[in-house]
Amino acid sequence: MDALKVRRSGGVVIPMSNIKYLLGRPNYTVHPLTPYNEKACAFCDKLSQELLANPNSRAFPDIITFAFWCRKSNILQLKKQFNDNEKRIGRGLTFHIAPSNIPVNFAFSFLFSLLAGNGNIVRIPSKSFPQIKIICEAIQQIFTDDTFAEIRDNTTFVEYPSSDNKITAEFSAISDVRIIWGGDATINMIRKLPTKPRCVDVCFADRYSAAIINGQAVLAADKTILRHQAEKFYNDTYLMDQNACSSPQIIFWYNVTQEIKERFWEAVEQQAQKQYFLQPASAMDKYTQLCQDIIEKNEVIGLHQKNNFLSVVSLARLPQDTTILRGKCGYFYEFELETLSEIASYINEKYQTITYFGIDPEEVRELVLQNHLTGIDRIVPFGSAMDIGVIWDGYDIIQSLSRIIALR
Amino acid sequence: MIDYEYLLQLSPYSLNHEEKQKLYEIALSDLGTHHYMNCEIYRNLCDRLGQNPPLPVRLFKQYSLCSVTKENIVKTMTSSGTSGQAVSKIYLDKETSLRQTKVLSKIVSDFTGKTRLPMLVIDSKAVLKNRNMFSARGAGILGFSMLGRDITYALDEKMQLDWKVLDSFCKKYAEQEILMFGFTFMIWKYFYQPLKKKGYRLPLKGVLIHGGGWKKLSDIAVDADTFRKGLKEVTALKKVLNYYGMVEQTGSIFMECEYGHLHASLFSDIEFLPYSDFSCVKTNKKGLIKLVSLLPTSYPGHILLTEDKGELLGEDNCPCGRLGKYFKIYGRIKGAEIRGCSDTYEQH
Repeated sequence: MDALKVRRSGGVVIPMSNIKYLLGRPNYTVHPLTPYNEKACAFCDKLSQELLANPNSRAFPDIITFAFWCRKSNILQLKKQFNDNEKRIGRGLTFHIAPSNIPVNFAFSFLFSLLAGNGNIVRIPSKSFPQIKIICEAIQQIFTDDTFAEIRDNTTFVEYPSSDNKITAEFSAISDVRIIWGGDATINMIRKLPTKPRCVDVCFADRYSAAIINGQAVLAADKTILRHQAEKFYNDTYLMDQNACSSPQIIFWYNVTQEIKERFWEAVEQQAQKQYFLQPASAMDKYTQLCQDIIEKNEVIGLHQKNNFLSVVSLARLPQDTTILRGKCGYFYEFELETLSEIASYINEKYQTITYFGIDPEEVRELVLQNHLTGIDRIVPFGSAMDIGVIWDGYDIIQSLSRIIALR
Repeated sequence: MIDYEYLLQLSPYSLNHEEKQKLYEIALSDLGTHHYMNCEIYRNLCDRLGQNPPLPVRLFKQYSLCSVTKENIVKTMTSSGTSGQAVSKIYLDKETSLRQTKVLSKIVSDFTGKTRLPMLVIDSKAVLKNRNMFSARGAGILGFSMLGRDITYALDEKMQLDWKVLDSFCKKYAEQEILMFGFTFMIWKYFYQPLKKKGYRLPLKGVLIHGGGWKKLSDIAVDADTFRKGLKEVTALKKVLNYYGMVEQTGSIFMECEYGHLHASLFSDIEFLPYSDFSCVKTNKKGLIKLVSLLPTSYPGHILLTEDKGELLGEDNCPCGRLGKYFKIYGRIKGAEIRGCSDTYEQH
């Protein structure tokens, strides 16, 4: 009898042969707690310690970032910032459908919901990233300690083929919150599955991001500062093969000359040459995309392409929907703005993050407000594109995942 | 322009490094200029990427790359993709098409001799049905058929061995030298395997020439050595020779010699580019394969960037005596788009 079975409250047994339990047990009790409750905070810190103590973590900057994020001082800081004038409690059970392209987001997703006071079923990405194994083993280790029994009994990590809608449907039917990471098609498909009437869906859809650079800041930067900024830009982009929603695809320049642009890109290219592992297939894909852009876009006015580490395509005009301009593994589009406010006309609801260098972020936020824009949820300096947090994609996640108990 | 008549008079493996370099310097500049003047897409690419950029093979699937006017096109060749997969379209005028045939014959006869041998094609005649849209498979068969006589197809329309045909071919030509031709994967699956199963050994002597890629065979752990040994088990063939080539550069194929080395003839060249830089002049011994052919004038396919990797083994000093570069192929780069000729055959 290999078929694993899931017991649902009410005693219904659902055979789920396709499912693999990485953590936890296939029976759930709904048991909401208060946001930032002590057990959850202690668990975060313990996880941070486990990961930082594991020598295998060192090879993965994303694990290190995650471990630093969930260390005690940061969680306590977040707890302090959390506005709990209203007494809140978790919504119950959260079902997470983690993104397949970013290895550690399932772990962030899990902790956000745990901190909000919920029990969790986490669907792990089916791509086998080594980071997943390291994090799951760390959690497993913590769960051997009965201090965390309350969390252990409400935590389940599962893996199953994304094509198996039946399993997704079963989990959807018992959840109070669904956190869905995925492309538009995935989200639409999952949203069609019936849920409890009060179930809240928090969707992290496919988004688009851009960078804004003030040319004068590049000009004013000495070699060290420039190298530092290039390194930050590298971390925002190459680190995830430019495949994260918050990684800039297009660079909006202003106050700039050709020489200034060259100066910046040369610094980025040097950084990439030093650190990036360029896969042969990516090199081929980038070169092919470059040829396609030259053939199809008569608005191409220039290229920066000294070798395959960095490709930059300069455009004279932008298409109606700028979010079709996408690259991977170090392939960027660039466009010169006359004035900063001109950018408003290119933003649509797909825009998530603006990373900036040499710009006053307040000014960009004002543009969003004054122009009644539907896009841009984050305006962060170079190097912070990947810093996921409890405020993400325009949501305050802890608030969205908990409910208020109003008193009068 | 290039004096093809003169080149066709030369022995295909008679130019050494210096002679070939001299020839290619002029020939490629001429070919580049010709395509620049006559193909707008190619001109756009050169304007941005510099003179004679290598074209990724995928471009031939997405765009109509042509350097002659429509009226001059006599054949459109396609790579045989399965349904849903984009196919390469290669436009041939009379000159290019004829040149391909002549060069193929010139190269292959260096291995099989000048006399036309009775020929057994390990494929089905059905492949040739649509004459306007030549698939790579059909083009390969037709091209090689020029080198043989009494062309006989070993497989029926259902891709099964036609025992009757095979039997009479064997009776007719037993103990004689024959030429056998087919695509690597299909020979293995539809010729070798059924014969092996029945325990037959055909009394056919001569040469087998096969090409089309190893992907499907390496998936089932059949390498060149296993293939050669297997074929010699079910026939009396003396030589089993592989060739490497692309539908985008039909004719100027790279033949394998008796020592198992693939050779560039004077009609083609090969380079191994570092993954980090495709415009690089100083090339590596190992890397992504860039193919150069002097033949295409009706489409800008004289310099291609393939998705295969390989290694240069030497130049002008192969023990077989043929001059020019010789090399080996390691197969497709990981994660690259699936393409191929016989590789995409699927059963319905």
